[in-house]
Amino acid sequence: MSKELLRVTNLKKYYPIKGGFLGQTVNHVKAVDDISFAVNEGETVSIVGESGCGKSTAGRTILRLEEPTAGTVYFDGVDLTTLSNKQLRKTRKNMQIIFQDPFASLNPRQTVAQILQEALHIQNIVPREERKARAIELLETVGLASHQVDRYPHEFSGGQRQRVGIARALSLNPKLIICDEAVSALDVSIRAQILNLLKNLQKDYKLTYLFISHDLGVVRHISDRVIVMYLGRIVEVADKKTLFDHAKHPYTSALLSAIPVPKPGREKKRIVLTGDVPSAIDPPEGCRFHTRCPFAAEKCMEDMPKLRPVPQTAPGHYSACHFFEEIYKD
Amino acid sequence: MSKSQAASADFVSPDLKNHSGRKTIFKKLKKNKAALIGGYLILFFIIVALVGPYFTVHDPLKVDYSTKLLSPSSTYWLGTDHNGRDIFSRLIHGMSITLYIGFLSVLVGLLIGVPLGIVAGYYGKALDSVIMRFIDILLAFPGILLAIALVSVLGGSISNVILAVGIFSVPGFARITRGSTLAVSKLEYIDAIRALGAGDFRIIFLHILPNILSPIIVQATIRIAIAILIASGLSFLGLGAQPPTPEWGAMLSQGRSYMFDHPHVALYPGLAIMIVVLAFNIFGDGLRDAFDPKMKA
Repeated sequence: MSKELLRVTNLKKYYPIKGGFLGQTVNHVKAVDDISFAVNEGETVSIVGESGCGKSTAGRTILRLEEPTAGTVYFDGVDLTTLSNKQLRKTRKNMQIIFQDPFASLNPRQTVAQILQEALHIQNIVPREERKARAIELLETVGLASHQVDRYPHEFSGGQRQRVGIARALSLNPKLIICDEAVSALDVSIRAQILNLLKNLQKDYKLTYLFISHDLGVVRHISDRVIVMYLGRIVEVADKKTLFDHAKHPYTSALLSAIPVPKPGREKKRIVLTGDVPSAIDPPEGCRFHTRCPFAAEKCMEDMPKLRPVPQTAPGHYSACHFFEEIYKD
Repeated sequence: MSKSQAASADFVSPDLKNHSGRKTIFKKLKKNKAALIGGYLILFFIIVALVGPYFTVHDPLKVDYSTKLLSPSSTYWLGTDHNGRDIFSRLIHGMSITLYIGFLSVLVGLLIGVPLGIVAGYYGKALDSVIMRFIDILLAFPGILLAIALVSVLGGSISNVILAVGIFSVPGFARITRGSTLAVSKLEYIDAIRALGAGDFRIIFLHILPNILSPIIVQATIRIAIAILIASGLSFLGLGAQPPTPEWGAMLSQGRSYMFDHPHVALYPGLAIMIVVLAFNIFGDGLRDAFDPKMKA
């Protein structure tokens, strides 16, 4: 078993809602509410969930782009949440992020060469004279040509920009890359190219990915393990195969049934959830999913279910449902 | 250009994302006739202010009662004032004072307002509240009253007028800068730079400031017009430039006494103020349109 690279424990991120005459905090948006998980070196772990479930916030909070409200994030044995700003800035070279929108994630006033060299300059890992050469090398690594190094972001297509974003993330030789909806904004054809690029880079550079996405097709393509989130909490964790074949949480089942099947005429039972996702300001008591769960019982409205190991399937499979034994009998 | 929706704006307007945006802005400015005229006028004023004083025949300060209150003629192009001084020469010499006050007071406003706005927008929270409440207090005073109060306390002189008018323009710059900073600092590329380990200093000066310059430039251009107007007003009230300085507002004030019999004494300084202010205003408006991605050139 490989080494643990990232361990997130009881991570919470609450956004205060200011209101009233003096702008006091009247409530909180509980974007991420007490999540714990671990990622091993070289692994690709995906976080899936519908929009607003806190998956992006989780990623940003792990990198301390947002200050966590509570919890710890151990990266390579160091607790990131207690680092001073200066220590944190040094540590950042080991963990990078690729953003969703390739149009917003590159400074429009910098050329690709400047963008990549700035990364090298900030962490000062390559001598000044060699930075340009390294920038060109990085471009070639992500499948762009060396003559494109002096171009501005607007001269590239969306897919090419995303490659630049990937090159920037790679420039510091990080151990962990968080892909925050990294392919969601791209065309389907480009998406596959970028996913394959990410896979190849992982092989070549021994990268670890935390892959945040709402697209189960993408998740199925790239992940080793999958974490399913709903309203700020983790509802199920399993390795990819177990999750897609033997989901043990009603929410995961509903999510999986929404994947289109590329076989015409094949009957498929689609679980359609009623209602909307409740607000993260006053999430439902008990199980957060009980308002929409077809199997909800009285216990679900009172007791908050904890993640429990699922004994029937593979090790490492956890579900946060009181009744998964009964629901998934056969 | 408003960066508030840079992502979508990138799709809307191919000009916005153009790094060589300056070229596009020039093109758009050229198509805007009024703005172009304003720009050329400003250029002309600057040249006149720099070289004009070397070409005037008459001394703008020399008092000669034998030539007082003469109507415009071939010797005295715009006539003479109550002290027999050539009004044309005085206007030419006053040009540099007017522009000096306009540019410098806006510079004072920029140097105080922009850092305040950036700090408020970037750091947010308590610091933001404190700074913006202070700005609100400044805004609560009518601008001209604030300037009058400041000059009365500090004493009437050109440098005090510059200071007063500069402080008067701080709120405008601070608010615009804060708004743009808020919009830009939410963009993903700022997060990306932070994730690389950049410090606040680098983020602010290399990544936020260049991307919020355009609204600040527009505001500065229009503010110059307002500053010139306020400064002339202060001098008109006797609080700014002191006689015999050929300041236009002061000249207008002195000409007031002869309004009915010799209107040219007040008319020409008034016209001069009007044209300069107008030039800066239409140029500023044109710049705003040129920077605005939603305006079609």
